[in-house]
Amino acid sequence: MFTSTAFLSILPETLILILGVILLVVEPFWKVKDPASGGDEQRRNAGWLTAGGLLAVLVVSILVGRPGDPTSTFGGSIRFDWLGFFFKMLFVFGAGITALLLMDHEKVGRRGEAYVLLLASTIGMCLMASAADLVMLYLAIETTSIPLYVLAGFMLTDERSTEAGFKYLLFGAMVSAIMLYGFSLLYGFTGTTNLYALADAFKAGQLAAPVLFGLIILVVVGLGFKVSVVPFHFWAPDVYEGAPTPISGFLSTASKAAGFAVIARLFLVVFHGVTVDWATVFAILSAVTMTVGNLLALPQKNLKRMLAYSSIAHAGYAMIGIVAVSKLGIASVVFYLLAYIVTNLAAFGIVMTVGRVTGSDEYDAYRGLSRRSPWLALVMLAAFLSLAGMPPFGGFIAKVLVFAAGIQANYIWLVIIGILNSIVGLYYYLNVLKYVYLFRMEKEDEEAHPIAVTRPYVIALVVLVLGIILLGTVFAPWFGFSNAAAMNLF
Amino acid sequence: MTFPVLSVIVFTPLVAALIILMIPAQRKTEVRGVALAAATFALLLSLWVYIQYLTQHLTGYQFVEKYDWLPMLGISLHFGVDGISAPLVLLTGVVMFTGVLISWGDNNPHVMAGIQDRPREFFAFLFILASGVFGVFASLDLFMLFFFYEIAVFPMYLLIVIWGWIQTREYAAMKLTLYLFIGSVVALVGALAMYWVAGQNTGIYTFDMLQLEKAGFSASFQNLWFLPVFFGFAVLGGIWPFHNWSPDGHVAAPTAVSMFHAGVLMKLGAFAALRVGIMLLPEGAKHWSWVIMLCAGVAVVYGAFIAFVQTDLKYMIGFSSVSHMGLVMLGLSTLDKNGLTGAGVQMFSHGVMTALFFAVTGMIYDRSHTRQIPELGGMNKVMPFAAIGFIIGGLVSMGMPGFSGFIAEFPIFLGVWQSQWLVAVIASISIIITAAYIMMNIRKVFFGKMPEKLEGHMTDVTVLDKVAITTLCVLMIGIGIFPSVMVPMVQTGVQHILTLLGGA
Repeated sequence: MFTSTAFLSILPETLILILGVILLVVEPFWKVKDPASGGDEQRRNAGWLTAGGLLAVLVVSILVGRPGDPTSTFGGSIRFDWLGFFFKMLFVFGAGITALLLMDHEKVGRRGEAYVLLLASTIGMCLMASAADLVMLYLAIETTSIPLYVLAGFMLTDERSTEAGFKYLLFGAMVSAIMLYGFSLLYGFTGTTNLYALADAFKAGQLAAPVLFGLIILVVVGLGFKVSVVPFHFWAPDVYEGAPTPISGFLSTASKAAGFAVIARLFLVVFHGVTVDWATVFAILSAVTMTVGNLLALPQKNLKRMLAYSSIAHAGYAMIGIVAVSKLGIASVVFYLLAYIVTNLAAFGIVMTVGRVTGSDEYDAYRGLSRRSPWLALVMLAAFLSLAGMPPFGGFIAKVLVFAAGIQANYIWLVIIGILNSIVGLYYYLNVLKYVYLFRMEKEDEEAHPIAVTRPYVIALVVLVLGIILLGTVFAPWFGFSNAAAMNLF
Repeated sequence: MTFPVLSVIVFTPLVAALIILMIPAQRKTEVRGVALAAATFALLLSLWVYIQYLTQHLTGYQFVEKYDWLPMLGISLHFGVDGISAPLVLLTGVVMFTGVLISWGDNNPHVMAGIQDRPREFFAFLFILASGVFGVFASLDLFMLFFFYEIAVFPMYLLIVIWGWIQTREYAAMKLTLYLFIGSVVALVGALAMYWVAGQNTGIYTFDMLQLEKAGFSASFQNLWFLPVFFGFAVLGGIWPFHNWSPDGHVAAPTAVSMFHAGVLMKLGAFAALRVGIMLLPEGAKHWSWVIMLCAGVAVVYGAFIAFVQTDLKYMIGFSSVSHMGLVMLGLSTLDKNGLTGAGVQMFSHGVMTALFFAVTGMIYDRSHTRQIPELGGMNKVMPFAAIGFIIGGLVSMGMPGFSGFIAEFPIFLGVWQSQWLVAVIASISIIITAAYIMMNIRKVFFGKMPEKLEGHMTDVTVLDKVAITTLCVLMIGIGIFPSVMVPMVQTGVQHILTLLGGA
């Protein structure tokens, strides 16, 4: 049963695992005995190894691990197709950038365990994207979540970080139990755990609508938590604010995208064509999520909290594509997540870079940033305008695509809510830029306080900004990939 | 392969913006030099396009370039100009050129002229905006039109909030950006609806506007979507009752941005409303033309009256822009040959005129630190050149024969008279009011006695300012004396619109 296709289908996961083992083995040798004398470069090694290793994983996977026609491997528990592959590459990319951003986080980035946990979580995400079996899916979700609980609470001496880790764990454990209950009912009613067999079972004989509806709600609770849609979003702002900034970035991008990958596969494969109108459920969730996320983002004065609420709102926008239940809909979700991952990582990258120097994430810490560090301000401008959906940045194309899919599916009311929300969004993103470009520091001596950007951050931010601009201008190839991924579900 | 002149025009400012950002911040002279070089280059190219179109008696869409951008969804980078957009491309080139000249500034931080604070960022943002404007005027693809439209809108926020008038800039910039963004996304929904319905009708899913013109939208569809699309764009054209952002924005913006804003951006709204609203949904336009005529008529008269009572020079010009853009909308609402031709010429004429007004106002403000009309006086003694420019602009604004304003406004009133004579009568009140406030303010600001506290502080305008004023004045007088350099050209564009509207 262990064919070369089977091997290729888990190639990225295998390579990440090898990377993790190497990291565990060599990391102790790099430990600096006396922190006072230790050079920075030496202690950053674990981070460079992780980031470089993930780049290698990305390149090797793209070169040799591309899927052909969709096939099932490992007894049907893994689906080897473009949808899974595309998301895996996204997660690897996101993890690599996160490793770069972690590197100069003094409390987290100088410890090898953080990177190993990051890699473990990435493996889980990759499996989430390609799991085709309920058991596999559940294991993958837990593999993703547990390391993230630890990472969120990694700063043991910091109260807020501990709170974040604990809160995330409690919420996560609860909803995962609910979701597991849903899975067990699915198995109980149909006698199979394979997603594609489940789909056939649903086609053959319909369950009673109330039962099915209850099942779907149980599953939606679990996945809604992962992608932080309202009303399962309560954890997000506190966790994002307390967790180490690069981890918040990772949580709000890769982890969220993994949730969407599962939603897309589960609902378009298993529940496609059942009598229960789950699209309307998602439409309502989407509308509520966008509105609540954006309205709560308005009064924030802490950038990390604001980004947390804005990332809730973005889950709502992306969900419009799921609601559309069409090829373009799924392609637009995939494109949206791609653009969103790149953009939001850039936003968190800036929070990390500035927070390191100023020691604060409040808006006031961003006063006079354009005078302190004009290039950093421009990166921030690009990232925030892309989040707001302005061209020539990726966020604009992504928004237009999901809105187009929504209109095609005749959900005009939802699109109008989306549009009203994007106006609210524009307001609070511009509000932050006002601090950056207009307001000045107390003594108006910004030039004397430049913000030092260390090398890993330069690399990460340059890659991300180029990504934002490429996604927004030369969007044809990216849309082509998204479309190829979406085709696998129909 | 011919020289891709339109894409070069569209992308020149963008490339220049990137180059400017690469220059170290303290080398302000180099920044300004690159900006001027790029602006001159873009102006010469747009002039070349205009002259080619004129002298070769071209009709229809010319200088067309088409590159597939996202073939799967029918998006292409499709550029081309017709008799209506070619003058507007030229207008953008002129405003960009003069805008750079009057923002030149000085390396001595105590001289208050032009842009002193962070000129690098200023010119970079201004040029990104200019790229967006060129892109909208040249785009024949609906998706790309939106793309460039949004690019033209968002730098306004930064330009106003960073370099604007300190008292109102935060409020005005946010108000302006939100107004325009709401308008554009509402229009975007309409455009996406057009895309899907056209695809269902013809089987070809495309954003190509030349294809969408032939999509054969049903009358009920057109009636439903015309108003959102037209008004979505017309917000940027300052149409009543959505004009409120505009005077506030003018007042708060720095001089060059006011010039761009009133001179070009407002035309962007009217142009997009024409091209997407009227040209793609002609039946809807016929059905709703009375609404536009009503709103435009109110804007014309109301704007003029409000301008009359202003004491701030920039508010006066801002409301006069609302009034004059109302005339453009009034011309569009007639849907006949005279009205549309007049609207086309008025867009150019008003763009040049209002750019000149704002430029001179900026020069006065830089020296006197006030724009309050009662606090000014006797300016012609120190800056006669600027005074002459302002007077010429005033004559254009009043619609004096021999100036471009007359060439534009006469056909508009002709067209309106033919469709609704009562509206023409009421709208013509604005001409009297305009003449009154323009002449009154010229007398107060430029003649009479200079207030004592300004005595000795005022200096003459710089050579660069004079070049800018001359360029703008030459255009206005040139078109006034030789209407044949523009009117026939606009008429070729109008002819195409009339075909779309059926008959005539």
